Amino acid sequence: MVHDLIRNKDSKPKISPIRLEGNKGILEVQDLSAWYGNTLALKDISMSIKSKAITAIIGPSGCGKSTFIRCLNRMHEVSHGGRVEGRVLLDGKDIYARDVDPVVIRRRIGMVFQKPTPFPTMSVFDNVAAGLRLTQLWSRRWELEKVVERSLRQAALWDEVKDKLNQSGASLSGGQQQRLCIARALAVEPEIILLDEPCSALDPSATLKIEDLMRNLAQDYTIIIVTHNMQQAARVSDMAAFFLIDDDCAGILVEYGKTSQLFTNPKDKRTEDYITGRFG
Amino acid sequence: MSERGYLRRKWFNRIMLGLSGGAAGLGILMLAIILGYTLAHGISALNLDFLTQAAKPVGEVGGGMRNEIIGTFILVLLGSILALPIGLMAGISLAEFASPRVAAAVRFAADILAGVPSIVVGVFAYAIVVRPMHSYSALSAGVALAIIMIPVVARTAEESLRLVPNSMREAALALGITRWRAVIGVIIPGALTGIITGVMLAVARIAGETAPLLFTALGSQFGVQGLLKPIGAIPLQIYHYALSPYPDWQQQAWAGAFLLILLVLGISMLVRWLSNRRQMSAR
Repeated sequence: MVHDLIRNKDSKPKISPIRLEGNKGILEVQDLSAWYGNTLALKDISMSIKSKAITAIIGPSGCGKSTFIRCLNRMHEVSHGGRVEGRVLLDGKDIYARDVDPVVIRRRIGMVFQKPTPFPTMSVFDNVAAGLRLTQLWSRRWELEKVVERSLRQAALWDEVKDKLNQSGASLSGGQQQRLCIARALAVEPEIILLDEPCSALDPSATLKIEDLMRNLAQDYTIIIVTHNMQQAARVSDMAAFFLIDDDCAGILVEYGKTSQLFTNPKDKRTEDYITGRFG
Repeated sequence: MSERGYLRRKWFNRIMLGLSGGAAGLGILMLAIILGYTLAHGISALNLDFLTQAAKPVGEVGGGMRNEIIGTFILVLLGSILALPIGLMAGISLAEFASPRVAAAVRFAADILAGVPSIVVGVFAYAIVVRPMHSYSALSAGVALAIIMIPVVARTAEESLRLVPNSMREAALALGITRWRAVIGVIIPGALTGIITGVMLAVARIAGETAPLLFTALGSQFGVQGLLKPIGAIPLQIYHYALSPYPDWQQQAWAGAFLLILLVLGISMLVRWLSNRRQMSAR
């Protein structure tokens, strides 16, 4: 009741998103190698990622695409035996530096996984609010309501779920669950969003919705998407990076450039072979 | 395939099926006999007086196990208060934080501890609580029961937490949530029914323990006098009454036994109901 009154009076609540200094979201990868135990999974990747654009990572299965983007928000080290060498600079600062807490990095670089992962014990509302609730010590309900609505609208899910915010997140369809996960990632206001094959478990119409959503989000966010779907990469991305397995069974970056160029006029013979469907 | 070989295999199949069915039936038969026997002997003494009256001296008619029923509840509560924080935290550590080598060692130790004969646990509690405090006490019995409870709670909590898919942990961490908050806010809610089931089973286990109480709770003729004084418990009273030469007391021992079985059975049924509900919601 009291909260309702306050909300009506004060139309601009002071939501304090955790913004860290030097907020530009420029990502630069330098000589990045990644291991699982003693197995080399990625070898000497260097690329700078364009801000507020969509970068697609393409390549055959097992070439380290997912490992690569998991290195970008330090999720790789969560895997058993995950280890990284090289540098990933976020606005010029190495995210693997000794004094950097991965928790802060993941707050700035959000991630959505291949399989939708709504928290099954939570409602739709609580799922979107989870990032805020569990990173701040307390949050007012009406503050959360604002953030949840904004995030769900951004994820183009609000109209479909606004009447069932209290239902379980697991009760939504697969495509809705994936957009719920995107809304959940957006709620903590990241600068960069990593998408690990977000459409591979979805049907074509749900896939199209997510692609539209990505184009809209690219106006404000830097997006990196892993996909094995060449058409999808061609449709949505501005930049594209082609990964391949080398003779040591480690993933390498073969070619990186504008999507239009990479798909119509690839510089590397191996890229051409792959996108024309000669292998993979 | 020869006809003889086929017949042999068919009969072998039938015999083995029959034997395993018989074994299952035998198990149920045992339970039925125990329940029926205690019911038949105890039912006549099981009345309102039994539940609401204190024990009476030899020769006086009537009396009940009120003090011992209260005592059992106090001891179970005390054991749970001591064991749950340690057991649950240990389970969380095993499932979420410990390195594989440390976890394997702790898990092994917990399994050994769970297998220690309960009378040894009773003697241990006698040595570390009763001797230094120079008195048998409810507290020492609570400590003994807690030692029995800790490994059971830790292991079942660990198993339940491990059932939560890893993708949930990663999804939580990817939101910039610390590991501890992820465990509290996401992982434990997902494992809650399993954890509660484990706790209830541990409670059922300690509610019926007798041996660890012999050297600790001792039993009391004066009702509940506080945590630092001896206290009665249903299993202790059964032991005491069953050994006595008085038919009146023996009757009450049967009633107590039946009550104890009902208590454990009730908890087990609650556990069944909870875990069924978990399976429903997992679908």
